Amino acid sequence: MSMITYAHEALPLIGQAIASFIAAAAFGILFQVPKRTILPCGIAGMIGWIAYVLLDRRLDAVPATLAAALIVTVVAQLFARTYRIPVIVFSVAGIIPLVPGGVAYDAMRSIVQNRYDESLPLAAKAFMMSGAIAIGLVLSEVVNRLLLPSSAKSNADRPQPEQ
Amino acid sequence: MSGVDQHSWEQVTEVCLLAGKIMMQNGGETYRVEDTMMRIAAAFGKANSHSYVTPTGILFAIDGGSPGTRLIRINERSTDLRKVTLVNDVSRRISRGELTPEEACRLLQHIDKEPPVYRPIVQVAAATLASGCFLLMFNGTAADIVPSAIAGGAGFTGLVLFHRYVRAKLFAELLAAVVVGALACLFVSLGFGHELDRIIIGAVMPLVPGLLLTNAVRDLMAGHLVSGLSKGAEAFLTAFAIGTGIAFVLSMYVG
Repeated sequence: MSMITYAHEALPLIGQAIASFIAAAAFGILFQVPKRTILPCGIAGMIGWIAYVLLDRRLDAVPATLAAALIVTVVAQLFARTYRIPVIVFSVAGIIPLVPGGVAYDAMRSIVQNRYDESLPLAAKAFMMSGAIAIGLVLSEVVNRLLLPSSAKSNADRPQPEQ
Repeated sequence: MSGVDQHSWEQVTEVCLLAGKIMMQNGGETYRVEDTMMRIAAAFGKANSHSYVTPTGILFAIDGGSPGTRLIRINERSTDLRKVTLVNDVSRRISRGELTPEEACRLLQHIDKEPPVYRPIVQVAAATLASGCFLLMFNGTAADIVPSAIAGGAGFTGLVLFHRYVRAKLFAELLAAVVVGALACLFVSLGFGHELDRIIIGAVMPLVPGLLLTNAVRDLMAGHLVSGLSKGAEAFLTAFAIGTGIAFVLSMYVG
């Protein structure tokens, strides 16, 4: 049984963009986000996925995921400020395309077929990729605190702007 | 704000607990829930309050002369980010001094009772669309879009229905994954679908616990160890249930 390769060459970039936009927006509906945020959710997902596809050609999947997750959450923070809505609404829909479903699936499938030796590196990779998403999420919050001017730092997505 | 101290601690606690409960039940992050509760209390003149939020229950106490700590139990959790947003708005209005505790309580009760905006049928349609798109993103062939979309839609329908009748989230997720796997295998053996792996991956994506995972990590990093670990456990169990369901079908099909 041959391994699946996840080189993103079959579909042109514009196709990837459209597919990821629809997928992320659809996930917004699954998470019951407010109606006016569905388009931004799709945009966040699209930006993250295109970043991942482009980076994945040059880098390993783990750093590519990290960078893409960082980009998604920075975009999500910007949307959160613009719409004055909790950042999670945008970040969670945007992150979904990056979840290493394919790698986790391969790992699980190898285990089912008693190929434990093949499953371990795949499982480790899936774990590393989820970890990369996590680090990207946290990193963006740090970037957000450090880079934005103090007037904007009053947490637009927080319940109360200033005390 | 003058005269804020008139609010009785019972009223303020009531509002805080209700706000916290709605946010936690619908997928808010723990730090946001704690923060919101304490800000509401501060806006009503209770400067020092303590909230301890976990995915299964919330403890809330106001410092000073208030005689009691209150606990609220959270039994069911689902995802409705619109309600989190609405509670966030209410909290913001309270901070601006626009609402009394009674008004806030009424607003929150109203939010709590509201049905979700997207009915299950719309969600199934969204899951169907998403599955088809994920297949393309994982480089599936165009011919596999329809099989993947159907399997994904059916899997999500299964999740909604099983959850309604079985009332055990884990089991509903496992059964939904079995539906996805079985349909994908059926399509491939009929010649309707081509690449089994990609069809399954695309179709299983709507079941993936993405929100739980994100929240778990954010909670852990923010120092909410109890919530982070328990949400992480929930995400892991969901992923495990999906994996088991698919593995079950695969071991029957490929042997």
